[in-house]
Amino acid sequence: MSENTMQRDNVIPTACFQNALIEAVGLTKKFDDVTAVNKISFSLEPGEFFGFLGPNGAGKTTTINMLTGLTRPDSGTIRVAGQGYTENPKAAQYLMGIVPDESNLYPELSGFDNLCFCASLYGIGRHERRERARELLETFGLAEAADRKFAGYSKGMKRKLTIAAGIIHRPHILFLDEPTTGIDVATARQIRQRIADLHRAGTTIFLTTHYIEEAERLCERIAFIVKGQIVTTDTVANLLQPLQGSHVMLISVSGAIHDLADRLAVGFPGYTCATVSSGQVRIESAQPVSLGPLVRFIEEQNVEVTEARRVGPSLEDVFVGVTGIEANVLKKDADKKGGAS
Amino acid sequence: MRKKWIAFWSILMKDMRAYYLKPPNISWGLLFPIAWTGMFFIKSGKGFESIPELLPGVIAISVLFGTTSMLAVSVTFEKKNRSFERLLLAPISLNLLIMAKTAGAILFGSVNAVIPVLLALFLADLSTISWAIVLPAIILIAIVSTFLGLFIAVSASEVFEAQTFSNFFRFPMIFLCGLFFPIASLPAVLRPVSYVLPLTYGVDILRGAITVTNVMPLGLDFLAIGSFCLVLFYISLRNIRRKWIT
Repeated sequence: MSENTMQRDNVIPTACFQNALIEAVGLTKKFDDVTAVNKISFSLEPGEFFGFLGPNGAGKTTTINMLTGLTRPDSGTIRVAGQGYTENPKAAQYLMGIVPDESNLYPELSGFDNLCFCASLYGIGRHERRERARELLETFGLAEAADRKFAGYSKGMKRKLTIAAGIIHRPHILFLDEPTTGIDVATARQIRQRIADLHRAGTTIFLTTHYIEEAERLCERIAFIVKGQIVTTDTVANLLQPLQGSHVMLISVSGAIHDLADRLAVGFPGYTCATVSSGQVRIESAQPVSLGPLVRFIEEQNVEVTEARRVGPSLEDVFVGVTGIEANVLKKDADKKGGAS
Repeated sequence: MRKKWIAFWSILMKDMRAYYLKPPNISWGLLFPIAWTGMFFIKSGKGFESIPELLPGVIAISVLFGTTSMLAVSVTFEKKNRSFERLLLAPISLNLLIMAKTAGAILFGSVNAVIPVLLALFLADLSTISWAIVLPAIILIAIVSTFLGLFIAVSASEVFEAQTFSNFFRFPMIFLCGLFFPIASLPAVLRPVSYVLPLTYGVDILRGAITVTNVMPLGLDFLAIGSFCLVLFYISLRNIRRKWIT
């Protein structure tokens, strides 16, 4: 991402944010009888990459909507750049860029016109917005499709343009609501690269995602949110710390044996065994895992072992341990939304 | 101030390009008033001298249909595909946003009113018309009809619902505002309904300005239609805050 793309008009030097850039305290939101978000508190430091990780319905989008002013919290307060925000969100919206979970640009306008229009909503003059739009179309590899209507874009192109629209006014804080859900692997990689570039250029980023690997790769600090409550918040390094001494083995077998993990748990009481997916079992232990006895045991069950590999502890292990939710629940959620990354 | 003006102008221009200046809408805007003029003209059976009598009704209906159709559908469409959220998240006040969204419909409705006037200029002597009253009346009818369209748009969640609601309001209004039948000749139970319809006052102003056959003082008509504009605008704002900024 070029230097130009990241220069801000409404420049507030990062040093001016003496405290947290965003501070949310006790946010609660109910929809009828359902408590979507329940007394959550967190803060974002200037320049930080903060991830919000949780399954469908955990309260991720409701939280973003409260932070951006689309939803009013029932209780709790939000401060943005030290200013009270809950009652008057408009004042802080110049600082924010928002990429919603759906690509919601105007189908009848071209990619170029969409970007120019989004810039104009922030009061950017004609010449400047046209220049920025061209630059962003180039950065996101959409220059050739600049004059095509948004309606004719592929899903990945729509996503890229929606992100470009979210940053055309060079915001201090970028909210990304599941930016790579529902798009192909190559486009998702490009998007992650652009997001990382934005962060390197100093933008504070708030990311919600279903993808644990994405959060682990991009975020500095992560909050796990389940049923409207934050279960834990910490840096990725700190979250992984308790698992540094653990040993994990992934064993792939041919043919699905639904109770293989249970049988292994009985056969090897010192190991924690779980089915990762159909045909794959995960063994975890505080002691080094001996492969030989495991393979023999599995083959005695008339199941063929096709692959066995040792893996380091991952954020997925932390997520499962902290929330009690199997990681494949998140994957299924992402698939429901058309995920492919 | 400059930033707000840029945002206002861009929303207006975007709506013009995306909705109002589309060929089907331009042709609708041209054909509809012409069809109404022709229909009223044939129905009157009096020849060209009847044109000044027909003009208030044709102007009012052209504006009403032009504004309510377009705004109710465009806002509902943007709400449905969530692009309206983009506007709600922009750093502009809701008042300014709604004024920008409705400005396109007001302009479109006002231009619709010009078409029957232009046709009438070729066919009849309009030298006695008080244009200083007709022009503000057209603009006020366009504003009140647009805000009625906004009220409908905020109440509907689907485009077809918006169209149905629009007709639910428009057709009774046409028959009860004194266009086809004088209000005095309506059944007693319906007469109070006529007086709570904004179009009644708009038509009365146009009658006063074109044929001097108004039944209420023009000052009262202007006051009433202006009040309807304010009330519908604030009800719509309140509904948007309540329903769309949850």
